[in-house]
Amino acid sequence: MSRMHRSPVAFAAPALALLLALTGCQSSTDPATADGALTFTDPWVKAADSGMTAAFGTVVNSSDEDVVLVAARSEVSLMELHEMATDASGGMVMRAKEGGFVVPAQGSLELAPGGEHLMFMDLTSPLAPGDDVEVTVVADDDRSWTFTAPVRTFTGANEEYVGETDGTTDETGGTHGSESPMPTSAP
Amino acid sequence: MTDGIGRRGFLQTGAAAIGGAALGAGGHLAWQTATRSPAAAADAVGRAVEPFRGEHQHGVDTVPQSFAAWLAFDLLPGVDREALVRLMRIWTDDIERLTAGRPGLTDTEPELAMTPARLTVTVAYGPGLLSAAGRDDLAPPWLAPLPPFSIDRLEDRWSGGDVVLQVCADDTLAIAHAGRLLTTQAATFVRPRWTQQGFRASPGATAPGTTMRNLMGQVDGTRNLDPVADADLLWCGADAPEWLVGGTSMVVRRIAMDLDGWDLVDRTGREFTIGRRLSDGSPLTGVDEHDEPDLGATDELGLPVIDMAAHLRRARTEDPDARFLRRGYNFHDPGEPDGRSSGLVFVTFQRDVLTQYLPVQRSLDRLDLLNTWTTPVGSAVLAVPAGPLDGEFLGERLLG
Repeated sequence: MSRMHRSPVAFAAPALALLLALTGCQSSTDPATADGALTFTDPWVKAADSGMTAAFGTVVNSSDEDVVLVAARSEVSLMELHEMATDASGGMVMRAKEGGFVVPAQGSLELAPGGEHLMFMDLTSPLAPGDDVEVTVVADDDRSWTFTAPVRTFTGANEEYVGETDGTTDETGGTHGSESPMPTSAP
Repeated sequence: MTDGIGRRGFLQTGAAAIGGAALGAGGHLAWQTATRSPAAAADAVGRAVEPFRGEHQHGVDTVPQSFAAWLAFDLLPGVDREALVRLMRIWTDDIERLTAGRPGLTDTEPELAMTPARLTVTVAYGPGLLSAAGRDDLAPPWLAPLPPFSIDRLEDRWSGGDVVLQVCADDTLAIAHAGRLLTTQAATFVRPRWTQQGFRASPGATAPGTTMRNLMGQVDGTRNLDPVADADLLWCGADAPEWLVGGTSMVVRRIAMDLDGWDLVDRTGREFTIGRRLSDGSPLTGVDEHDEPDLGATDELGLPVIDMAAHLRRARTEDPDARFLRRGYNFHDPGEPDGRSSGLVFVTFQRDVLTQYLPVQRSLDRLDLLNTWTTPVGSAVLAVPAGPLDGEFLGERLLG
């Protein structure tokens, strides 16, 4: 579990929401499941028309062995495993997570805005609020699990992304669906 | 899990502290705790939940919570049936979580979801939603604005709407949180049109089953439908479009009260206006609130005891089926102009607006002493789809 605690912002409110959802009543919506050790509780993806966005949720490992996730894939985008970290200037930046994500044996991994997450690098089609998107995660031993995540409007999770080659890219993945070019603000 | 243990630990500490306070005060508080069920937790009001799934949506036959808000929205241009399916899937999921005391999927204030306090969210459709979905052919005949009445002074800012959420709870924090989450999650589908807020007595302030009082001081809602005994007057039956079987209609009327004018009326005049006593709501011809009024009774001068224009008399029609479930709430909005800042959000549910609500409203429009001090300033008629069964999203039988 210590791996997921590297970044203090991993304890931002949404992470707590997921944690509480996990420890409280079982979700009455079907949790996304896959064969084997891992299950996915309350997964969701931030809506975006194009560019980058991210998947969040709780990955639960019911087996007695740690599972090391090294890749993720989806039909709508190349994906990477990302973490938030402090850069040289002290600001929070997002970057690929070296060594992947460890889901501890009989434990769980929280993927949350401001913390570790599964990154869609460049959407080939819009993800509108209320859509579902399938995501597959792959372990270092080539086992894989697919879960379905609902797409939701979310105005947070606008972290700066430090790419491997060209420095900083602003992650401005839209929060807006295809219905409206200019969504009105909520009261 | 640690959170649950921590919470119990906190409660035990709290109970011990209260016990100490009671002793310290010489037992002054002992009678208060003695009247409570020993099993009731100190935060029982906050933790109480109302079921969400079933034949009917909650928030209709639910014992009225203390507080309510109505959030009306208009659909954004281009929102069609496919988009409405997505919106209803989102709202169904969030409402199911929030009303069970769990955070919404994207909830950024998850702690605020932990005290649902009997939160219910009832989703209701205006005619515009059916049009946007291409489902005009499935609209019931009553799904349209009420005809204009002479007493109406309607304002757009309290009227209409393509979709309305009625959010009720015994705690206003739960209502504010749910309302905001559901609004932000719908930002790409709708824009807010109007919001109203209302209140009754707080939990524990009056004995369970006490009829509410409005801001004119009247016992308000004595002769109400019984959601069980009068179920056939409340819920749409097999003659309705399938998506409405188990659903109902909701009329939301914002009634402003001229309380400054009402101040000029003495108690006798006030009781004459209604035909009921202010003290307990009993009819002027009876002794108990629920006594059947004797509309034929006359006084020593031969005049009717309950005036021919009294509200009680005018709110009845020849048709015993012309009744509806009243589930209104007081409002007090100090920022509104004089004569418009207090009143009643008059909310009714009925199987058929045209045969149940409209005859009564017409009667009151023609003659009702109460009209001197009350003015309808907002009006909306909405269809409440059947409740979501297991695995269904709200409105699935209309939109799916």
